[in-house]
Amino acid sequence: MNTPTTPLLKASGLCKFYGNRAACRDISFELEPGEVLAIVGESGSGKSTLLNLLSGRLAPDSGRVDYALAPGQMRDLATMSEAERRLLARTDWGFVHQDAREGLRMNVSAGGNIGERLMGIGNRHFGNIRETAQVWLSRVEIDPARVDERPTAFSGGMRQRLQIARNLVTNPRLVFMDEPTGGLDVSVQARLLDMIRALVAEMGLAVVLVTHDLAVARLLSQRILVMKQGEVIESGLTDRVLDDPQAPYTQLLVSSVLAA
Amino acid sequence: MSAYNFAYLDEQTKRMIRRAILKAIAVPGYQVPFASREMPMPYGWGTGGVQVTASILGPDDVLKVIDQGADDTTNAVSIRAFFAKTAGVKTTTATTEATVIQTRHRFPETNLGAHQVLVYQVPIPEPLRFLEPRETETRTLHALAEYGLMHVKLYEDIARHGHIATTYAYPVSVNGRYVMDPSPIPKYDNPRLDDCEALQLFGAGREKRIYAIPPHTKVVSLDFEDHPFEPTKFEHPCALCGSTMSYLDEVVTDDAGGRMFVCSDTDYCETRQREGHIGHLNAAAPQTCPEAAE
Amino acid sequence: MTHETLLIVAGLEKHFTLHLHGAKRLPVVENVGFTLHAGECVVLGGPSGAGKSSILKMVYGNYLTNGGSVLIRHKGEMIELTDASPRAVLEVRRETLGYVSQFLRVIPRVSALDIVAEPARSAGLTMEAARARAASLLARLNLPERLWGLPPATFSGGEQQRVNIARGFAGEHAVMILDEPTASLDATNRAAVVKLIEEKKAQGCGFLGIFHDEDVRSLVADRIVDVTGFKPSVQGEAA
Repeated sequence: MNTPTTPLLKASGLCKFYGNRAACRDISFELEPGEVLAIVGESGSGKSTLLNLLSGRLAPDSGRVDYALAPGQMRDLATMSEAERRLLARTDWGFVHQDAREGLRMNVSAGGNIGERLMGIGNRHFGNIRETAQVWLSRVEIDPARVDERPTAFSGGMRQRLQIARNLVTNPRLVFMDEPTGGLDVSVQARLLDMIRALVAEMGLAVVLVTHDLAVARLLSQRILVMKQGEVIESGLTDRVLDDPQAPYTQLLVSSVLAA
Repeated sequence: MSAYNFAYLDEQTKRMIRRAILKAIAVPGYQVPFASREMPMPYGWGTGGVQVTASILGPDDVLKVIDQGADDTTNAVSIRAFFAKTAGVKTTTATTEATVIQTRHRFPETNLGAHQVLVYQVPIPEPLRFLEPRETETRTLHALAEYGLMHVKLYEDIARHGHIATTYAYPVSVNGRYVMDPSPIPKYDNPRLDDCEALQLFGAGREKRIYAIPPHTKVVSLDFEDHPFEPTKFEHPCALCGSTMSYLDEVVTDDAGGRMFVCSDTDYCETRQREGHIGHLNAAAPQTCPEAAE
Repeated sequence: MTHETLLIVAGLEKHFTLHLHGAKRLPVVENVGFTLHAGECVVLGGPSGAGKSSILKMVYGNYLTNGGSVLIRHKGEMIELTDASPRAVLEVRRETLGYVSQFLRVIPRVSALDIVAEPARSAGLTMEAARARAASLLARLNLPERLWGLPPATFSGGEQQRVNIARGFAGEHAVMILDEPTASLDATNRAAVVKLIEEKKAQGCGFLGIFHDEDVRSLVADRIVDVTGFKPSVQGEAA
């Protein structure tokens, strides 16, 4: 019905076991271009494992993940060579870690951190790279004059914004985010969320967002998957799931937080 | 000395090392792992280079050993003596006479020919180590030729110093494929590696790696379009032989801040002096106000 | 003026199952049915707690339905909303179905003008045209111009509500849901809202709303649907 769209990412029957315990069991969904999907659940529910399966950082025990390299041209991640997967990961994808230290090179300047992807795809003009880095620093609300400073000199919120800039500099189509606002002060969180929301809208990014914070899911996502013990127990429009939760566990999650 | 096998190492070990060398020659710039042996000298004294030399040396070879260009330093003298004793080969300080030259941190000033092999001593063979501490990851980066990181290092140099401040161990791309650490030679020497007539072998004993640049291989120093690679230039000629075409060492001559610049390649410098080239601080030179000279 | 059907609601049913309270089943409404035509304003009537808001939320796709159908005219076709994919629901909301709630959901750091302009942008207007439309709406709702450039987080309840209404009217939705939009407004601004509704009706827009204010209701309502008629017969009994 309506405008037919082709999915950007398609998960089919994803399973991952650690011994007898299922970290992910039979998970299937499609992500459209420009769509923001939140995966919520408490720690240990399998949401981070799912994120790693989707982003090719972990191989599933069964099931597959297909990605549209070009519109309509779906490729199974498992059949791609490591070189293809890694190229995809540093050009067309982004991955924002909860801990900025995992996603940044702490001993490299802000400009070098942002420029790495550009140099990785063959950009060999220092002046242009540094200028692009400064443009991106402005976009993530960091003073461009600090382009030569290392992230060790930055606050937690700035590091997280730098990590986002580092990921977005190649204009990716899909960004994975693992608790991007976790561990930050509430006021810092609000600013970061608003910035992410604006960038996602401007760039038409598709996002798979893992969070345990339902307010974050409501602000950023259109669609939500609720996970418990490795399974998706409820999914749908974000406002529908949060305002009229059906599964007992979702009702518990929603009632456990102050007005989201 | 019959107590030693020829050139110290046993024949099986030499075979193993030769296989690694052949593979290194077949894949220029690729770091081939090898089972580095304990040598009768500490790591950092050229154990990698010595094992390579021992494996390629034949009874008819003439060996030269230099340390930062000089034939007369402890390291160079000991290694030369080591092979004179264990292999009984002829040794020399003359670059042109040598068939095998083991070097630490320099490329000789005299051009090398097809009959010569240059063996470098290498402390840290991995050019990506500075930014990526995981060996598994650097191997993947080499395998997939993902060398953006190497430019991040140069980028950082420019961001911090306004120019590429790396002056030695300056990374090169070999045969358009592997990025390689040329060992801590001054970047002044980098252009010499390109299209060299002689075979160049690199041995890292502690890190257990051998790599190679076969003769006439393209070797390009990495750089940026707006910050192109530039070999070091010297403002002075050599104080002893007057050469303006060589890499110079700074020598402090007294406690009052007196210093002079002389060729780091002692054989080159002495040969030139013998041929009649005289620098401004050379004792043989006419004495014009030496204090004013720098 | 055309009188084509915009919305057909039939046999709609809703109950809540409270899993945290022993899976208690709480029936809300059943067998809800009405239609909405172009240029018409249908107002849901009945006492509070009768399920008026729940019906609006089911039509909007915000609440899951337990039975029945919501057909809406979208791009010239009647489509079923109750089992539509999330993406389809979002498309309908973006292009056809608007919603003005009782409260503004404040987005941090975005100015009042841009919050109002956003639905116009989504409808395809240029930034300039969208802001011009937003400015005209804010002016008609008497929001002081000095506030336009500020994020509404610090505005009074009445000011926020006027921003909210302006936002609701800035898009080009053919069907609009109004959930007590005039509750916190004074007489002048209530009149302004009535005028906005009348203009949209004249353009063929259909309204489905809840108005507790008798004056406003009598001014805008073409029909009143009494929801007490949709009261569930007996708890636990199927419709």
